[in-house]
Amino acid sequence: MANDPIHQFQIQKIFPIEVGGMDFSFTNSSLFMVLTVAATSAFLIFSTSGRGLVPTRVQSVSEMMYEFIAGTLRDATGTDGMRFFPLVFSLFMFVLVANLFGMFPYFFTITSHIIVTFALAMLVILTVIFYGFMRHGMKFLKLFIPSGVPGALIPLVTMIEVISFLSRPISLSVRLFANMLAGHITLKVFSGFVVSLSAMGALGIFGAILPLAMTVALTALEFLVAFLQAYVFAVLTCMYLNDAIHPSH
Amino acid sequence: MAGETTTEGHAAIAEAAGEHGVGFPPFDATTFASQLFWLAITFGIFYWIMKNVAMPRIAGILEDRKDRIAGDLSEANRLKAETDAAIAAYEQALAEARNKAHGIAHDTRAKLKAEQDARREKAETELGEKLKAAEAHITGIKTEALSQIEEIAGDTTSALVEQLIGKAPTKTDLNKALKSAMN
Repeated sequence: MANDPIHQFQIQKIFPIEVGGMDFSFTNSSLFMVLTVAATSAFLIFSTSGRGLVPTRVQSVSEMMYEFIAGTLRDATGTDGMRFFPLVFSLFMFVLVANLFGMFPYFFTITSHIIVTFALAMLVILTVIFYGFMRHGMKFLKLFIPSGVPGALIPLVTMIEVISFLSRPISLSVRLFANMLAGHITLKVFSGFVVSLSAMGALGIFGAILPLAMTVALTALEFLVAFLQAYVFAVLTCMYLNDAIHPSH
Repeated sequence: MAGETTTEGHAAIAEAAGEHGVGFPPFDATTFASQLFWLAITFGIFYWIMKNVAMPRIAGILEDRKDRIAGDLSEANRLKAETDAAIAAYEQALAEARNKAHGIAHDTRAKLKAEQDARREKAETELGEKLKAAEAHITGIKTEALSQIEEIAGDTTSALVEQLIGKAPTKTDLNKALKSAMN
């Protein structure tokens, strides 16, 4: 059981809650969602409690995150897109901290579940669709008809555009989910090798050096991936929001 | 090794399947409702906290800093403008003073020259008058002296002739002799 790489993704009920036949139990996943939100909020609020003109180290971390996402969003959508800044910032911080929490041993990685990443992706896409129609009405559909395309090609191009639009929530959610899942499974498998090999005597301990080195390297890689996937999620969110703000491209 | 892990994995999946009905935990639909429910609650709260507490606070800090820097810069610009104005005023004052000094020197020089000229002219006139008076005086004395020379010469000659020959010459001879001697 200890070597099972899938075990870490299992959801365990902590407080069973059932409403009308639906299972809303407070699980280890829920616990880590609460911890992610609590830790991130506490960090951002306490690090800035000094409101220092000259920032302390932790305050400059919060400021850096804020300006980093603000810059990304402004570059992608212009000043019009700044109304979505709280959404993009929340998504980035939530995914980033959830990914980083997943790097602690025995911690549950909430972003390794497709339903969570899909829900976040749908939040983005529904925001894009809702805001797009609210602001541009039917003109929002111009998104699917690129300008400057010859008349005969319009049905084909439009079809491709629609398919690409519909695949966005899937690619957005699967990218994050698969990266987290695959990374954690690989880490677990390699560290499992270390444990089982070193149990096989002196030769086994010698043979365990290679998977141990791999585990160390993969841990570093996973920290990079944790940040990178949060950033990719935020950047793609910005790009999709840009479509809602400026649909004709 | 990998085979062993896979076998154990299968065992775990079988066990999980017995517990939840589906093997791979992320695809176990029975947990979806709970995850979505808690995600909605936690992310909703997170969004609210970010939007209403954390982000305005960071924005405020950054705004304060920007204002402070802008304020400091404009203060520096104001001080620089003041300095420039002071320098300009100083240079203007200096130029004025120089012009004034120049004017004063010029005026003084002109006045002094005029005074000097007047004094010299006066002195020259006086000298000329004195010279004329002196020349007239000299001419008078000379004329007087010349008129007396004849008489003195006649007296002297008469006295000399009397000593030489014992007898005074006549007035007519004396005058004739004097005239021929003086010419």
